Amino acid sequence: MELQATRRDGTLLLQPQGRINHTNAEAFQTALAPHLEACTAQGDALLFDLSRLEYVSSAGLRIFMLASKKIAAAGGRMAMAAPQPVMQEILEISRFNLIFRIHATVDQAVAALTAER
Amino acid sequence: MLARFWGTRGSLPVALTASQVQAKVAQALLAAEGRSFESLDEASAFAAKLPFATAQTYGGNSSCVEIEIRPPGPASHEYLICDMGSGLRAFGSSVLTRHGPRVANTFHVFLSHLHWDHIMGFPFFTPAYIPGNRIVIYSCHADAERALRRQQAEPSFPVDFATLAARIEFVMLVPGQTVEIADVKVTPQRQLHGGDSYGYRFEHQGKALVYSTDSEHKLDNTEETEDFARFFRDAELVIFDTMYSLADSVSVKQDWGHSSNVVGVELCHLAGAKRLAMFHHEPIFSDERIAVIEAETRRLELITRDGAPPLEVIAAYDGLEIAF
Repeated sequence: MELQATRRDGTLLLQPQGRINHTNAEAFQTALAPHLEACTAQGDALLFDLSRLEYVSSAGLRIFMLASKKIAAAGGRMAMAAPQPVMQEILEISRFNLIFRIHATVDQAVAALTAER
Repeated sequence: MLARFWGTRGSLPVALTASQVQAKVAQALLAAEGRSFESLDEASAFAAKLPFATAQTYGGNSSCVEIEIRPPGPASHEYLICDMGSGLRAFGSSVLTRHGPRVANTFHVFLSHLHWDHIMGFPFFTPAYIPGNRIVIYSCHADAERALRRQQAEPSFPVDFATLAARIEFVMLVPGQTVEIADVKVTPQRQLHGGDSYGYRFEHQGKALVYSTDSEHKLDNTEETEDFARFFRDAELVIFDTMYSLADSVSVKQDWGHSSNVVGVELCHLAGAKRLAMFHHEPIFSDERIAVIEAETRRLELITRDGAPPLEVIAAYDGLEIAF
């Protein structure tokens, strides 16, 4: 699992790659933690670009959930974009699609997050 | 081995309402497309081909599962039961139908915990009122006897526990320590639930069944995950608490003590288990909703298998039998 970070139009794009399961979820959480500090009401919006994420287990989904809570508590904004078909199904079956805002493309997500500023 | 489900609903028994039954009849009539049937058998054969949620129901009794090692005949028998939810009443009736009131039987009961939905069937368990029967209640909770006596004390119930004619014994089990009972090796495992709950692994002639209900998995601890994978290892059947969606179980229903279909599939895959019985259904869920969740869970199993052996996924219902 790798986590790549870029910035675009006031949005922090984080792109996890590969698979997140119970054996590397903690490493994902550790890699994610420093990026969350900047995602406040006045700071960056956070967008998870899921286009290169092949699989996420319950332990990984919980970490997305914790990130969402932390950002919401700081008054920030978070969304997801471009899940692969398997990831889209996992999000739907786990009902995380009812909690996270999930956009079809990164461009759409960035535009939506930018419009909310 | 065989698992026979007498109660599969979580938290509170439920029943179909008149309008829900009427909707099922209307759906069946629509599916019949005007055809006529010569006999009840012919109509039943047609009904058997309808979707489960149309022609049948998952049922509404709370937790009670019978584990059968060998089929009982009319003679005295040793029964194994997990939990004494409202499904226990129907189980007791079936025993009396099979043996009549004069055959003394032994009932080995394994309690996951003492919450009401898991013990409420006992005051209605007719064999408890018949002398000669022996009921051995195994639990990892020290206050199991107190809980059963209390629910039958005035003013909650008119027949006091002390008047029950069967011989009733309480046996404390220790988590992680295997005991042999009625030719079955039984190992309890502590689970995360309000006041604790305990799962049980039953092993007989190289086959294993795991009963794991009312168990929350925090997902923040690799050791805990692998500990449960070991507990479920190579089981023919894992009966698993899938009451909530994963999203609910880590957000609004965090610390409510229950788990999800997603975690059930993951643990069974890790363990190499062969079958997952979705159990402890949310009482507000309709038959249609449970059927949808069952189909989604089968799909999830397929798309996340990643080289693991296929896992059969079944939404348990009152009356279901799974043999292996």
